[in-house]
Amino acid sequence: MSNVPASTDGDPELVQLLTPDGERVSHPEYDVDFTDEQLRGLYRDLVVVRKLDAEATALQRQGELALWASLLGQEAAQVGSGRALRDQDMVFPTYREHGVLYCRGIDPLKPFRLFRGVEHGGLDPHENKFNMYTIVIGAQTLHATGYAMGVAMDGKVGSDDGEAVIAYFGDGASSQGDVNEAFVWAGVFNAPLVFFCQNNQYAISETNERQTRVPLYQRAAGFGFPGLRVDGNDVLACYAVTRRALDEARHGQGPRLIEAFTYRMGAHTTSDDPTRYRIASEVEAWQAKDPILRLRRYLDRIGAADDAFFGEIADEAAREAVELRERVLTLPDPQPMDMFDHVYVDESPVLTEQRDEFARYLATFEGGHHS
Amino acid sequence: MGRALNEGLRRALEDDARVLIMGEDVGRLGGVFRITDGLQKDFGEQRVIDTPLAESGIVGTAVGLAIRGYRPVCEIQFDGFVYPAYDQIVSQVAKIHYRAAGKVRLPIVIRIPFGGGIGAVEHHSESPEAYFAHTPGLKVVACANPEDAYWMIQQAVASDDPIIFLEPKRRYWEKAEVETGRPLASAYPLHSSRVVRPGRHATIVAYGPMVRTALDAAAAVAEDGRDLEVIDLRSLSPLDLTPVFDSVRRTGHLVVVHEAPRSGGLGGEIAARVTQECFYSLEAPVLRVTGYDIPYPPARLEEEYLPDLDRILDAVDRSLEY
Repeated sequence: MSNVPASTDGDPELVQLLTPDGERVSHPEYDVDFTDEQLRGLYRDLVVVRKLDAEATALQRQGELALWASLLGQEAAQVGSGRALRDQDMVFPTYREHGVLYCRGIDPLKPFRLFRGVEHGGLDPHENKFNMYTIVIGAQTLHATGYAMGVAMDGKVGSDDGEAVIAYFGDGASSQGDVNEAFVWAGVFNAPLVFFCQNNQYAISETNERQTRVPLYQRAAGFGFPGLRVDGNDVLACYAVTRRALDEARHGQGPRLIEAFTYRMGAHTTSDDPTRYRIASEVEAWQAKDPILRLRRYLDRIGAADDAFFGEIADEAAREAVELRERVLTLPDPQPMDMFDHVYVDESPVLTEQRDEFARYLATFEGGHHS
Repeated sequence: MGRALNEGLRRALEDDARVLIMGEDVGRLGGVFRITDGLQKDFGEQRVIDTPLAESGIVGTAVGLAIRGYRPVCEIQFDGFVYPAYDQIVSQVAKIHYRAAGKVRLPIVIRIPFGGGIGAVEHHSESPEAYFAHTPGLKVVACANPEDAYWMIQQAVASDDPIIFLEPKRRYWEKAEVETGRPLASAYPLHSSRVVRPGRHATIVAYGPMVRTALDAAAAVAEDGRDLEVIDLRSLSPLDLTPVFDSVRRTGHLVVVHEAPRSGGLGGEIAARVTQECFYSLEAPVLRVTGYDIPYPPARLEEEYLPDLDRILDAVDRSLEY
């Protein structure tokens, strides 16, 4: 049996501003003050991000992507935290933060290039203040910590203009040495860093009980900084807690841990079969907590949007998905010789020799392709 | 040599405000080998950073600092303690420039005192260079004398590619005059090997701690009229074997020496390439004098394990008599 207390709605330990029924509730410490237009904007983000994700899963099923790591169910955690970022803040994602990437204004084609096998990343982290996806579990939390130490060394903390860093990871990653080392380092160096853990309940097939004896947010206390648990399916609450944590970090108050309690509605990746390790009723219970549905109910309840709006957004998302599909299908493959590029800034003669050897070999085939 | 490294690091810190030193005990203590002695006092705790005791953390945060624009020089306290950082080195440090299609540079130096001969306990005498030399994206160098130590560490810090910098810890106390007045640009190229003793009868290739041993071996037989050429590889990745090919074409005999275990070691790579390039010049198979394929033995046995003057000369004899 589980020895990890599960969070339920109404749990005082869970920061929630919007119930699954779309009822706006108050919290003693956290609040948001959005205009109707801003709320509609969040709704749009959630719907588009989900639609593009669904398109990706479809493309993988059709053999057009090697793999896809779906964010289905985690849209609120990603859009809420992603929209809480200020321009100067820096993001260190895992390989599932397509929603945060979208909020960062990066071409949504980017992760498709990776999962289609056209490139490994190919991104300048400074351009949109968004680092490349990191596939090795938890490794990026140390990169985020070092980067945040650099922010502090540059004197960029201590004011509203200060820079903060956010490191994404999951419940499985919380067991990694690198994540725990990142906690230690961020703590002792007082790094301006928000650790954002999307606890989607599963590390592929393994549940929280295999990763932790305590609720994950409580880990922070042992490392000397605050941690909290937020309803990860509540975009308003995710925004509120992330905004506050980032602002505290940028003002020099050090690291924070946010555990966004959510649920991975789909498979770990398209290579996974979740029916082997979880029952349908559990998935159904979480469907009732759907992040998009609850915001829609809320918008409906307060009269901030009507069916025409919801229909418009659905159409817009569908159009974006079709457009994206076209762009994925017409992505040019890299050229064989490209694989030798960018191993080093200053290429070694040994590698140049191998590059030339391969070029000569290729030239023996008509058209320069041997496949 | 320890002092030369210290002076080289000092100059690197002076020349570029983005250069940082980070590691366990590198600050107040000056490192367990005192290589960073006095640097924290002169450059402050922000630039010479005593880190938590976590090697993956040292290298992983160095990656983030490098992305931020810094040039971290990490100290791993002993060779056998680098493995907790292995994933960060191999999966991140080595691959991020490639992953980014060139849009990110990681000018990180990872200094590792390596090799045996100091009577240490387990995990303090290892030669892990092959793991790193086998990893595309990394460059690996080993200094063998104070002059090279002084210049090579500065060149490594100035490199925009990540560098594993191996220091032969048993030679830290070796003394020599180092001429420090020249500009860095005039120093011998970092990734070039060098003939450190010319000779006619056979070629010995070594690096790091074994260069001194090879030179001693060459000196020992010189009065018998046996003239051995010694080449210090200096760079283990990329390998600069042109001087080795030239030498073997003249001598026809090659002995490769390293402390690391034989199988899968650099000696095999060198032998393969020399065979390919100098097939008709070789008068004997390329021989290797190396550590054995065993975990590093207890200190009381290390003199048996490590290549020494006699084992090198025995191999030279076998090659010449082939």
